[in-house]
Formats: sequence, C-alpha cells, structure tokens
Amino acid sequence: MPTVLVVVEAQPDGKLKKATLNAITAARALGDVHAVVLAKDATALAAEVKDYVKVVHAGSAAHVEHYLAETWAPAVAEVAKAISAEWVGAAATQQGRDLMPRVAAKLNAAMASDIMAVNGTTLTRPMWAGAVIAEVTLSTPVKAFTVRTTEFALAEKAGGAGEVKAFAPAPVTSPTKFVEFKEVKSARPELTEARIVVSGGRGTKGDFKEVEALADELGAAVGASRAVCDAGWQPNDLQVGQTGKVVAPSLYVAAGISGAIQHLAGMKGSKTIVAINKDGEAPIFQVADYGLVADLFKALPELRAAIKAAK
Amino acid sequence: MKILVTAKRVEDPESKIKVDAAGKGIVKEGLKYKINPFDEIAVEEALRLVAKHPGDVVAVSIGGKEVHEQLRHALAMGATKAVWVNHEGPLDQMGVAGLLKKIVEKEKPDLVILGKQSIDDDQNQVGQYLAEWLGWGQATFASKADSLDSENEKNKVPGVIVGDGAKTIDVIREVDGGLNRLQLTLPAVVTTDLRLNQPRYASLPGIMKAKSKPLEELNPAGLGVDVAPKITVTKLSMPPARKAGIKVADVPTLVTKLKTEAKVI
Repeated sequence: MPTVLVVVEAQPDGKLKKATLNAITAARALGDVHAVVLAKDATALAAEVKDYVKVVHAGSAAHVEHYLAETWAPAVAEVAKAISAEWVGAAATQQGRDLMPRVAAKLNAAMASDIMAVNGTTLTRPMWAGAVIAEVTLSTPVKAFTVRTTEFALAEKAGGAGEVKAFAPAPVTSPTKFVEFKEVKSARPELTEARIVVSGGRGTKGDFKEVEALADELGAAVGASRAVCDAGWQPNDLQVGQTGKVVAPSLYVAAGISGAIQHLAGMKGSKTIVAINKDGEAPIFQVADYGLVADLFKALPELRAAIKAAK
Repeated sequence: MKILVTAKRVEDPESKIKVDAAGKGIVKEGLKYKINPFDEIAVEEALRLVAKHPGDVVAVSIGGKEVHEQLRHALAMGATKAVWVNHEGPLDQMGVAGLLKKIVEKEKPDLVILGKQSIDDDQNQVGQYLAEWLGWGQATFASKADSLDSENEKNKVPGVIVGDGAKTIDVIREVDGGLNRLQLTLPAVVTTDLRLNQPRYASLPGIMKAKSKPLEELNPAGLGVDVAPKITVTKLSMPPARKAGIKVADVPTLVTKLKTEAKVI
C-alpha cells in the first residue's frame, strides 16, 4: 500500500478543523494514511487526530505557530521524504490551497486540486467552474492533491489508536512575516459545515436582516453571492461559489440570487434547493427543487413565521 | 518598481462549456476568448502600483499566436512590454511555472502578480510553484480592506501596500474565517482574488499605443524548459444535470413541501 501524508488543519481555537477528516477519507482511498500536525505545541491536536490515522507526525516549533506556506512547506516536505510518501494532500480550504502547491513544488510533485473522487490512481476534479468534470492521472513519483470536502464523508475513527511521533521541524528563514489575522466572528454555524444555509444576493440590496432572521430561526449559516461581497455588504468569507466556499447542505435557500454559473458551482451539490426571486426567469430556478417567484422582503418574513408555527 | 504579470487566454466566463463527443476536449465552436479575469486584476494592480512607484509592467502569455490578443489587451490597459512564449500543445501547471521562472530570471522584476487561478483549469497552483522554485515569499488570494464600492477603489488606490524604501509589501488576503495580513520581503509573488480591484477599460489611445509597444517572442526550448506535462487528462464529462424542480404558488405550499416531501425542516 502506498503511503499518503495528510496535512492537518486547526481552527482558530487550535482544535481540529473538520475538513481534515473529509481529506482523510479521500486519502484512505489512496493508501495508508499518515498525518502531519504543525503547531507551537502539536501534542493536543496530534492526540485528536491519532484515532483516524496510522501515524501522526507531531511537529512542535515556535516558527510554525502562525501558518505560513513558507514555514510549513519545508516541514511537510521533510516528513513526506522521511516516510517515503507517494501522495501528499490536504483539504481544499484556503490554507490547503495556499500550502499544497508549494509543498508539491518542493517535492517536484504534480498536483490535482479540489479532487471529487478517487478511483485507483485516477482522480476526478472540476474544471471550468464545475461545468466539466475531468479524470486525471499524475506521472511524477510523488503526487499532491487537495480535497473538495463536500464530496467525501467525515472519516470514522480507525480501529485502534495510531502512533504519535514527535519531531522538531528544522528552522527556516521565511521572507514572509505573519502580521495579523482579523477573524470575522459569528455566532452562526460555519458555512461549510452547516446543515442549512440561507444565502442572499443582489436582490437584498445589502439589507441582510431578513436573510439573517430566517437563518437564525433555522439554526442555519448565512451565505452570499459574489455581488454582495464585491459591494462590501457582507464579509468576503461568506461568498458561496467556485472561487469562494463550496457547500452541500441538506437545505440551501437562495434569496434574491440570480444564479450565475460561478455561484451554482458552489451550491448545486445541496440536497434540497429553494430559490426565492422576483424574476421568474432567473437561472437559479433551473437548479431549484422549489422555486417561489416573490419579493424576498415579503416572502422571507412569511417563511420564518410559517416555520416557527410549524415547529 | 518592475512588475511581471500574466495574461492567460481563456474561454469567456459567460460561455457555455460543452464536452465533445469523444470526451477528450471541449467544443470550441462559437466560443469567445478573453484574458483570464484574475490575470486582468493582476494587470490592474500592477498599473496602480507603478503609478505610485514608477517602473515597467511586463505581461507574459503562453500559447499559439492567438494569445497576442490577450497581450495586446494588457498593453492597451497600460503594460509596457509583452513577452510571448510560443507553445502549442498541452501544458500543465509545472510547465507554466517552469517557464515563468526562466522569464523572471531574465526580466528580474521586483514583484510577480498572477491570477490565483485560471477559469479553465481552476487549479490554483502556478503562483505557489513559482514562489517556491524562486525561493520567494508568496501572498495568495490578495484582497484589500476596502470594498469595490469604496472611495479608495474609485481613486484607484492599490490594495498591495508598499513599505518604506520599497523593500517590503503588505498584502491583505482572503482566508477562511476572516482576513489575514502578511508582510513580504521583495522580490515576491502575489496572486489575486476577486476583490483586489475592478480592472479599468482599455482607452482608445491605449489601444492605439498598444500596437507599437514591444512584444518579445520566446519558446520553451530556447528557455531550456521541458514542458512535457506530468498531468494527463484521461476523460472529460459533463456533471449530471440537476433536475429542475417545481415552482410553488406561495409560502404555505413551500413549507408543506419542505416538511412532507423534502423532509428538511
């Protein structure tokens, strides 16, 4: 069995980011899974991961405390070489997308981004904003990948805990310095992990009160279209689409979103899609299970009241 | 400040892409082509930076002669010089990064700005490979603190912040959960996200001037780069279409359907 190394990602609070478990599921289809954890003190996170993999390589050092591709790529490549990994991967989060090509470059590995399926050594991935699905093979001795998390289930714990091997990442001088991270704090569930997502588009004209109120009634996350984020009405982090967040909740409510192909690429994997739009010809209705031609400022409060009453 | 930017030729993002009958390529008939939208943002950012820190903007494109269209577009926006790498046939991200590395070594820019991804392959890799192979710092997914509706945007203020003496740049990046700020020592690689700027239109005088700006021709063999692809696309297909659903008359019907049919609330 080939060895697969998965880079573990932490949430801002230092705990395991669930996307890593989706990546581990994809990695299991490729071989024996090892994980690498990098932190100032990697002990606690390594303990969280060890039940899912064969070996956790726990790298503790001050210089890897704040994630930077320049300091992490050498440490990941060091582990990949030491265990003769044939595959190296991570979840296709912003961190994974930033890091993995740099790791691949270090290992002279070709890379497939955003993989959606694994069949032997053939990987499936989206092209042209998901309008085309490609099957690809990589011919370099070491191969890299990132995983589209909505396409793989969360990994179950493997039978028996894996081994934890501590290591000290070799010091590196980075030409890049971490200055700050401005967290957009929200009491709502994380967009990519929520069971229900309520998204608003240009039709909101920037007034998200009704979108947020419905989301809170449903315990849902709030999403947005590109137009909304471009205008600065909502944080960029909430953009659903090919270049933003890809989501696949049980229920996706699109309010005042016309449905550009780039937006559809980020949500068409949702189980049930509801579209509310004044324009009955909007492309969003072509992917919606239930479409309602209506003004969102009238329909959303009504929907919220009806859901509350039905509880 | 000398800046190198990329100008990849891609299908118009509004086009409807269809896979051919053999599942080996896409149907080219009727397609329009444009500069990769993320690369266009890179050109715009470079022009804003050299407006404050004078220097040249060099635009690079790889492909057959048709990529002159995208190079002329970058020149019409205001780039100083174009570099055309004449190459027909398949090319993957390692090939592109290998070629760009050689061109960077020739041109010696202070900064390379590229689109974070091209909208055909959607790989999001070249900037990172290039930064590693050059041993430079990288700031992917560059954005800025102001929105595209802000006064600063109207005044074409660059999102990339140049430090005293132009030895460093600060870049604000779109990351999960918020915004991240990095400080990079120059030379460095930056890749653009959607909200870095709104690219300008090429003016008529700009289009006229572009015709007489220099366009240098290079090729992979001359640059000493083996571009044999390491990624093979074995099959292309269209994803299963989502079945169009139904329109409901009113909110009560919608709630009933969600409860009894879809069972999601």
